[in-house]
Amino acid sequence: MTTRRDFIKTSGFLVVGFSAAGVVHQIPLAAQGAGPYPDVDFRQLDSWIVIRQDNTATFFVGKTDLGQGTGTAFRQIMSDELDMPYDKTSCVMGTTDVTVDQGGSGGSDALQTDGYPMRRVAAEARRVLLEMASTRFGVPVAQLVVSDGVVSVASDPSKKVTYGELIGGKRFNVTLTGNNINATTGTAKLKDVQQFKIVGTSPQRYDIPSKVDGSLKWAVDAKVPGMVHARNVKPPVAGAKLVSIDESSVKNIPGFLKVVSKGNYIAVVCEREEQAIQAARQLKVNWQKPATAPFPSSEELFTYIRGAMTTSSTPPSIVGNPDAALKSAARVLEADYEIPFQGHTSIGPAHAMADPSNDQLTIYSNDMKSYGLRDGVAEFLKMPRDRVRVVWMEGPQAYGRTAADDAGFEAAFLAKEIGRPVRIQWMRNEETAWDTKGPAFAVKVRGGLDAQGNLVGFDYDARSADFNHLGYNEHNTVLISQLMGARSEMPARGSAAAPNEMYAIPNRRMTTHVVSLPAIWETPLRTGNLRDPNGPQSTFASESFIDELAAAANADAVDFRLKLLTASTEEDSGFKRARSIAVIKAAAEKFRWDTRPSPKRAGSGEILTGRGIAYAFRSQTVVAQIAEVEVNRRTGHVWVKRIVCAHDCGLVINPEALRRTIEAGTLYGLSRALHEEVRFDTEKVTSVDWVTSPTLTHADTPETMDVVLINGDPNPNRPDLPHYGAGETMCKPTLAAIGNAIFDATGVRLRRVPFRDARVLAALKAAQV
Amino acid sequence: MASISLRVNGKSHTVDVDPATPLLYVLRNDLDLHGPRFGCGLGQCGACTVIIKGEAVRSCIRPVSTVQGADVTTLEGLSGDGKLHPLQQAWIDEQVPACGFCQNGQLMTAKALLDKNPTPTDAQIRQGMAGTLCRCMTYYRIQAAIKRASKTIASARNEAGSEVIA
Repeated sequence: MTTRRDFIKTSGFLVVGFSAAGVVHQIPLAAQGAGPYPDVDFRQLDSWIVIRQDNTATFFVGKTDLGQGTGTAFRQIMSDELDMPYDKTSCVMGTTDVTVDQGGSGGSDALQTDGYPMRRVAAEARRVLLEMASTRFGVPVAQLVVSDGVVSVASDPSKKVTYGELIGGKRFNVTLTGNNINATTGTAKLKDVQQFKIVGTSPQRYDIPSKVDGSLKWAVDAKVPGMVHARNVKPPVAGAKLVSIDESSVKNIPGFLKVVSKGNYIAVVCEREEQAIQAARQLKVNWQKPATAPFPSSEELFTYIRGAMTTSSTPPSIVGNPDAALKSAARVLEADYEIPFQGHTSIGPAHAMADPSNDQLTIYSNDMKSYGLRDGVAEFLKMPRDRVRVVWMEGPQAYGRTAADDAGFEAAFLAKEIGRPVRIQWMRNEETAWDTKGPAFAVKVRGGLDAQGNLVGFDYDARSADFNHLGYNEHNTVLISQLMGARSEMPARGSAAAPNEMYAIPNRRMTTHVVSLPAIWETPLRTGNLRDPNGPQSTFASESFIDELAAAANADAVDFRLKLLTASTEEDSGFKRARSIAVIKAAAEKFRWDTRPSPKRAGSGEILTGRGIAYAFRSQTVVAQIAEVEVNRRTGHVWVKRIVCAHDCGLVINPEALRRTIEAGTLYGLSRALHEEVRFDTEKVTSVDWVTSPTLTHADTPETMDVVLINGDPNPNRPDLPHYGAGETMCKPTLAAIGNAIFDATGVRLRRVPFRDARVLAALKAAQV
Repeated sequence: MASISLRVNGKSHTVDVDPATPLLYVLRNDLDLHGPRFGCGLGQCGACTVIIKGEAVRSCIRPVSTVQGADVTTLEGLSGDGKLHPLQQAWIDEQVPACGFCQNGQLMTAKALLDKNPTPTDAQIRQGMAGTLCRCMTYYRIQAAIKRASKTIASARNEAGSEVIA
């Protein structure tokens, strides 16, 4: 049996390698050992931290890094609490039999939630090491000092010992406490943030060199002896039933091994990858179309959503008397906002490789929730959980896509069927059409202004097409099991969302509903977690409408928001309101915002320019963005020339890595604002490649992006200043900021994304701009 | 199947494959060169880009039989003598990649761009890179890194007289 200690000692499966620059690689080397693979015990300190005789340390954490540098941040916070130099540490993530199950990635909780047990176990290791040094030198811990992994006696610095000399190669054998993994703790106290030396600095991300020189091995590169290649054959239309397969249609293909099918799931397996691709294209299949259309066309979608029966509604959240306020308002505005389905459309289609040797199953995967994949596959294939493991490797960005990791389940199933290691990868048309989708929203908003232009009533009513939302690698909801006929008894109810802002509006109602498309199973319009699952949609509606109200009140858009924020007298839990005010002010200052109402008086030239602001929070992280746009009156083309993002996520671990995460996330919001939309007819998705499913390109990139990292906490020097998540908030306000800027430039309000050229041009023409 | 001879990153190889096989699969699966990646198989995204005769080529749609005898350069061949190419160094200095999956295409396309035009304007960079997609949206830093590399290459040229580093 390969134990974790063997892994550490011999580096038999993964190599944790240090270069002179302290760069660390995780490199899978060979086929699996014999297993089984029991869960790693989070209550053992040894499960989290290994210190070697050469005074280097490796941290084992149950998270995955989707390319935002969280691994680097984990190393920083743990090195700091342990008092080890950053470049003497490494971090292993996500592989299910060598790391504790912290759930992988999701919810932007890596630092906000999971960072704390990481800090506590590192602090505990430091405490234990100091105790050991105390025994060795015969002096109390209080008379010891520790720096860079070396403990010395304060009064006699010649007496010193490294962590490696104290523990290297041996186990801590320290049992931790805590009812669950997030509560894991020893008895050591955490450092005050003022004591941190590595947190707050910007070591370069350790994963970048190997991504730039081509040496990193990704999940997509996983290869073991005897491996064969598979491709799926998807139903041509949603809900089609498999009638028959003509296997003779592919028998002539060299390397052809097998057609595997069960229910409506079909895959072909060949010796070589290009052979599998050819076989999947060539296989003759007789399908029967469903009797009724699985969904309305994308042109009819919003009419359908507004008219559909709701599958669930949240009880309205009500403040004051919104109906009375709207009735007595001097002026009432009403608007409908529409956000279509938007796909993950990862740059790299779904993929995985599974090795069934030794009656185990090892899945090489980029699954952000690798532990969920392990659990789901074990249930799906009715295997004991400790015979399944997932080796986590890096993969293409697709925030939320692998939370329903179709390819991981498919590789596992096919490997069991074939009895050989199987690598599968989806083709582009498959991925773009059949990945999980962010739900479409139709939002009706009404607002009432009094005679002085104060917002006195606000009514937000969102309907989201999100019934049977997928999320966490449940064995009976991933696509392969749906195609095989599995149906969970209680489909996930899904959710819509109310806006996340801190405005004090005396009378307001916020209601959310979920509706279902006609087909909820075996459909390419399955909804899943797309980066901030509902935030860009709800924020587009609410923050655009706030802008409409500001314009109707002839008020400046920043002033109008600040007035709504400063009017509140309610307790400010987590200082979210104070921090909201701070980010809006910081963004306005950086942009050099000139106070005036929108729209700007349109110029007479071909290019119209304008600016727009929007803000939102997610959990405790607060963001304000200001976009400056150029709208081409002749073509309808919108270029976001400049964007400012003011961002408060509490204590910043790595400012430079955070800046890049915010820049890229903001551009992702920009892509959703300008380009992204899933198109479909009444039986299939017609967005199938990068032409029919356009995305932001180099040509769209703003000329200037300014990221302002601020901390609006009233007491930013408190020793327990929290570190919040930063993975998603920044893409919430972008759609509204751009829509508001287009209004400022043109006087035309666009209430439907994306702002593709033709849509913008039609709106400009209709308004005779 | 047919025997095909290839020259990749200065080394000669012979593979026995269907001549219509896209170069990408030969590079990845037969030669274990994993820099180029499958993104679309349609020549639309650039993740599979290699350089042949100074041109950035989409290896996912280029039949292997058509590159016999040509010198193919992949990401693995960009650095020489253990020294990173100025573009790779600029990518590290600017901390460009997020997930990094597309960066092969970004780097190889930028290499072909700078080889043809060592001092591109911002507009030329936008236009020259427009067909190489990044879904993490690291475009802003990619463009900064290209400008940085352009300067490095220019100053190395000045220092070395007529010697060409890139």
